[in-house]
Amino acid sequence: MYDMYRENILDHAKHMRNHGLLDPNDFDHEEHNPLCGDTLHLTLRLDADGIIREVGWEGSGCAISQASASMLGERLIGMSLADAKALNRQYVLDLIGFPLTMNRVKCALLSLKTLVVGAYGHEHWITIEDRDEA
Amino acid sequence: MTDPIFPYDIATVRADFPVLHQEHHPGTPLVFLDNAASSQKPAAVIDAMSTYYRQSHANVHRGIHKLSEEATAAYEGARKKVQRFIHAASPREIIFTRGTTESINLVAQTWGRATLGPGDVVLATVMEHHANIVPWQMLAQEKGFSLQYVPLLPDGTLNLEVYRRWLHELPVKLVTVMHGSNVLGTVNPVAHMARLAHEAGALILVDGAQSVPHMPVDVQALDCDFLAFSGHKMAAPTGVGVLYGKRALLEAMPPWMGGGDMISRVTLAGSTWNELPYKFEAGTPAIAEVIGLGVAVDYLSALGMENIHRQEQLITRYALERLSEIPGVTVYGQAEQRGAVAAFTVDGIHAHDVAQMLDADGIAVRAGHHCAMPLHDLLSLPATARASFYLYNTPAEVDALVTALYRAKQAFA
Ligand SMILES: Cc1ncc(COP(=O)(O)O)c(C=O)c1O
Repeated sequence: MYDMYRENILDHAKHMRNHGLLDPNDFDHEEHNPLCGDTLHLTLRLDADGIIREVGWEGSGCAISQASASMLGERLIGMSLADAKALNRQYVLDLIGFPLTMNRVKCALLSLKTLVVGAYGHEHWITIEDRDEA
Repeated sequence: MTDPIFPYDIATVRADFPVLHQEHHPGTPLVFLDNAASSQKPAAVIDAMSTYYRQSHANVHRGIHKLSEEATAAYEGARKKVQRFIHAASPREIIFTRGTTESINLVAQTWGRATLGPGDVVLATVMEHHANIVPWQMLAQEKGFSLQYVPLLPDGTLNLEVYRRWLHELPVKLVTVMHGSNVLGTVNPVAHMARLAHEAGALILVDGAQSVPHMPVDVQALDCDFLAFSGHKMAAPTGVGVLYGKRALLEAMPPWMGGGDMISRVTLAGSTWNELPYKFEAGTPAIAEVIGLGVAVDYLSALGMENIHRQEQLITRYALERLSEIPGVTVYGQAEQRGAVAAFTVDGIHAHDVAQMLDADGIAVRAGHHCAMPLHDLLSLPATARASFYLYNTPAEVDALVTALYRAKQAFA
């Protein structure tokens, strides 16, 4: 299980990309994982066409949750917010790139949850979770 | 550990617990140090439940046929075992619930709902488990009483000066306090606290989830009004726990859930309540689990709660010593009276990652806030890792924990 801490995860956890909040911004949302108390605060800047140009985030939590925020943040740049909102669980799990145990999946998905809840509200996130788990 | 003077042979005890004899992965034995969350079960408990289902299952209190009689006798026999185990005056004072959480909710929803109102104070502490905070918050919102929390001293013990003062200054109706902390390990002086509470005209509820499994607990010596605990933390199955209450209090309390078994007589116009303890046991109970709890109590009593306590004190002291040797490791709670729990952090590694890396070496610990978020907020910690011990843990397992922590530190260095 030391697999979980392969180079890319430790690299992102130690050298977080796009770390630090953007102010002013066009998207600002904070979420936490009630199971473990991990938090993630995500801010975005969009251009006139709705394309994400800058990502800034801060959080506290385990290496998996922080690395996931760092990895997802990199991918969001250049994406339209509409496309970003349509990302699913598997997209993030693929970024992590190796199988996670059930409890750690929640850690990895905190970044996506923050984006989706900020964009669509909590109900929508529950729908995504239920659909993907079914 | 050199020449430990253990009160019983741990190898013999370990042989009784089937779960412990497995490899986490080939070549790496399982080291189970998550006992504060839930303990493992001896074969005697597992077999008793299986035998019950294979040979004598029927509903209790409802049949005059042989199997129902057998089931009822086993169920009520377990109640008497629990009564003797905690030295209650009568088996009628033993109410079977699903666990500590349900026991506390029962007191809140019956005694609390009937008694508490605006102007009253319920006194809890900042170290409580969510199970002893949230039921009172929910009721306070509805009934308008005030919920206050006794603060901590720097060593992780309760500030008893403040406790004493608040009992004098505030209209306290109930003190609700954990006996043993599931994070700091602190064992609170509940007998002393009960005396002070009673002098001030208040009742006291003791959350015994982390004490009853680990040390002798005598409800009459403590003079507590209520005691709540869970079977699954004391070698018994999940799904069963106990509420002890002084008989006069229980008699005066209204029932909580309505249904079968809890009634004396039902007419369409209304119902009257059954006698204790059935008044509080609506519906078909967890019969196999209660029987399992009775066997677990036999098992613990045969080893002796004094012996179990001594054994755990030795292991815990050794663990605290070894953990404090590791650079960058901080252990929380320095109380003199301490249970078998060591919550710690490792500089630069989140508690989740610590737990995950320990798991890779076969070691089960818990990471998170351990259902004590207010306490972690006070300590300014998002999460801690926690090693917790039970009657079967060995010094060699503590050594394995320490070795694995050095390895984790290496990986993150
Ligand atoms: C001190 C304390 N109180 C209450 C509980 C809740 O017990 P249960 O989940 O068995 O109801 C626990 C265990 O998690 C505990 O450690």
